[in-house]
Amino acid sequence: MPDILLEAKNIVKYFPIKGGVFLKEIAAVKAVDGVSLTIEKGETVGLVGESGCGKTTFGRAILRLEEPTSGDIFFEGQSILTYDKKKMQALRESMQIIFQDPFSSLNPRKTVAHIIGEPLLVHGMRSRKKRDARVLELLRVVGLRKENMRRYPHQFSGGQRQRIGVARALALNPKLIVCDEAVSALDVSIQAQVINLLKDLQDEFGLTYLFISHDLSVVEHISDRVAVMYLGKIVEIAPSKALYKKPLHPYTQALLSAVPIPDPALQRNTRIILKGDVPSPIDPPPGCSFHPRCLYAKDICSRSEPKTKEIEKNHFAACFFAGQVGLTEIL
Amino acid sequence: MKNKKSHKNPEDRHPFFDQISQLWRNKTAVLGLVIITVFILSAILAPYLSPHDPLETALYDQLKPPVWHATGTWKNILGTDDLGRDILSRLIYGARVSLVVAVISVGLAFLCGTLLGCISGYYKGFRESIIMRCMDIILAFPYILLAIVVVAYLGPSLQNAMIAIAITYVPRFARIVRGSVLEECEKDYVSAARAIGARDFRIIFIAILPNCLGPLIVQTTLGFASAILDMAALSFLGLGAQPPTPEWGAMIAKSRALILRASWVMTFPGLAILFAVLGFNLLGDGLRDALDPRLRD
Repeated sequence: MPDILLEAKNIVKYFPIKGGVFLKEIAAVKAVDGVSLTIEKGETVGLVGESGCGKTTFGRAILRLEEPTSGDIFFEGQSILTYDKKKMQALRESMQIIFQDPFSSLNPRKTVAHIIGEPLLVHGMRSRKKRDARVLELLRVVGLRKENMRRYPHQFSGGQRQRIGVARALALNPKLIVCDEAVSALDVSIQAQVINLLKDLQDEFGLTYLFISHDLSVVEHISDRVAVMYLGKIVEIAPSKALYKKPLHPYTQALLSAVPIPDPALQRNTRIILKGDVPSPIDPPPGCSFHPRCLYAKDICSRSEPKTKEIEKNHFAACFFAGQVGLTEIL
Repeated sequence: MKNKKSHKNPEDRHPFFDQISQLWRNKTAVLGLVIITVFILSAILAPYLSPHDPLETALYDQLKPPVWHATGTWKNILGTDDLGRDILSRLIYGARVSLVVAVISVGLAFLCGTLLGCISGYYKGFRESIIMRCMDIILAFPYILLAIVVVAYLGPSLQNAMIAIAITYVPRFARIVRGSVLEECEKDYVSAARAIGARDFRIIFIAILPNCLGPLIVQTTLGFASAILDMAALSFLGLGAQPPTPEWGAMIAKSRALILRASWVMTFPGLAILFAVLGFNLLGDGLRDALDPRLRD
C-alpha cells in the first residue's frame, strides 16, 4: 500500500454567473467537474491540458484557495474541507504553491527578505534574526546570492523571481507543492534551470509535486505520473512513460501528436488536427465532453458519459473505446 | 545624506531612505515641500511671526494698501482690511485654521474611506453592496448641499464644518481604495499570502494596502486642497469659521465687495490658498513617484 499524501475525490468547482436585476444565478462555469486524483508521497504528478480546461482551478481548489463546490479532499488521511480557519492555517505549513507569473506573484513593495520571511512570521517565528538566517539559507538553496535579500522584486529577472517564489514556497518545509505553470512564463533555458532546481529540491527535501502545465515535454521530463484534463475532467491518467508511449484516449493522442519534435530529420507520419474549439464550460456537450471533436466518436459517445476504467495496469482512461482506437504507431 | 556612512552597500539601505532620496531628486516635489514647510511653520509659529494681533482693529488704519503702494507703510506690509486689521497677521493665523481643517477633515475621511474601501474590495458580496450603495447615496447629493445639511443639523462652527467636509469626502476615498483593492486581489501575491496562511488583517493592511497608496496619496493631497476651498465656501455661507476667526476663505468672502476699491484685501488670501494648494499637489505627485518602486530609475 503506497503512502498516499493527498487524495482528491470528485472535486467540483462551479463559478456562478449572475445576471438580471436581482443578480440571480443564471448559469455556472463548470471549471472543474468531478476530478479525482491521488498523489503519493514523494512523487510528481503532472497535470496537463489546454488553457481553460480547469487545471489551475483544480490546483487552487486542493489548497482551498478556491472553495470547491463539492467533493472531498484528504490530506494525510484527514478531510481538510471540514477544517476551520485556524486548523487550515496550521495545515498551510504543509502545502504550498508556486505561481505561473513571477511578476505578479511577488508583492512589488516588499523586499525579498520580507517575501520569503513572511510565511515564517505568520507561522510564529517572531525573531527577525532567526527569520533572516532562514531566508539566507533558502536563498542559498535556490541559488541566489545573499546580497539580494534587501532588494525588491522589480530588480530581478523572471528566472530569479521564480526562484524567489520557490524559496517562499520552501520556507515552511512543506510536504506538497503545487507548481501552477511554474515554468511557463520563462524562456526555455531558464525553464530547464528551474525544473532542475525543482528536481534537486525534491531529492533533497522529499517533496511531492503536483505539476500543472500545458507543456507536454516539460511534464514528461519531471513527472512520475501524468493526468490529462479536458473541459474540467480527467480523461486519462497513467505513469508518464506509459502515457507518452501508448496514449489510450483520443484526446491525449491528439495532444501528443502536436508536440513539436526538435529535430528536422525526424518527421511525424501523421498529425491529428482537432477540429473546432474547446466547447464552452458553461454548457458542455452531453455524453463524453470530447465527442464533438473526436475522430472516432460513435453514437454512444453523445448519449452517455464514459466511466474511467483501468485499461492497463495503472493506466486509466475515460473513453468507451480506449485502447481499441488510435494511431499509437504515429508516436 | 546621513545614512550613507552607516551602510557601505546602497542595496542594503532601508527602502525608506531610497524613497526620501528619490523625492529629493525631484525638483518640483522639493518646491512643493518648501511651500508646505513655510505653510506649516507659519501655522506653528504664528504668534512669533505675525507683526500684529490678527483680531486687533484699528479704525484709523482702514484699507491701508500694501507697502509698495505710494501710500503704503511698513507697519502693515500687506495692508489692512476694512476694519483696519493687519492682513499679513491674519494670513499667518489663517494658515493655522486651514491646516487644522485640512488635516482633520481629510484625515477622518481617509481613515473611514480606506477602511470601508478595504472591506468592500476584499470581502465583496453583501458587505460591498451595502457599503458602496451608502457611498453612492452620499455621492448623489451635491456635496456642498450635504455639508450644509450636516452643519445645519450640528450647528454652525468650525468643528462641525470639518465633520461635514469629512463626511462628504469619505466616498472618494472608499471608491479609490475599493477599486485598487479589487485590482490587487486578482494578483497572485494575494493568493500567495493566503496560501501561507496569513490572516485577512495582514493580507489587507500589510500586503494589499501599500500597493494602493499611489492613488490614495494623490487623492489625499487633492483632498487637502479642496478641503481648504470647501471650508472657504462654508465660511462664506456663514456655516464654517465664525468671525472674527482669521480664515482665508472667510477673508475672501468678506472682502468681495471691496475688490474694485481695495483689491489687496481679497488678493492675498487668494494667493495664500493658491500656494497652499499648489504645494500639496506638487508634493503629492513627487511622493507618488517616490513610493512606487516601478517608477524608479
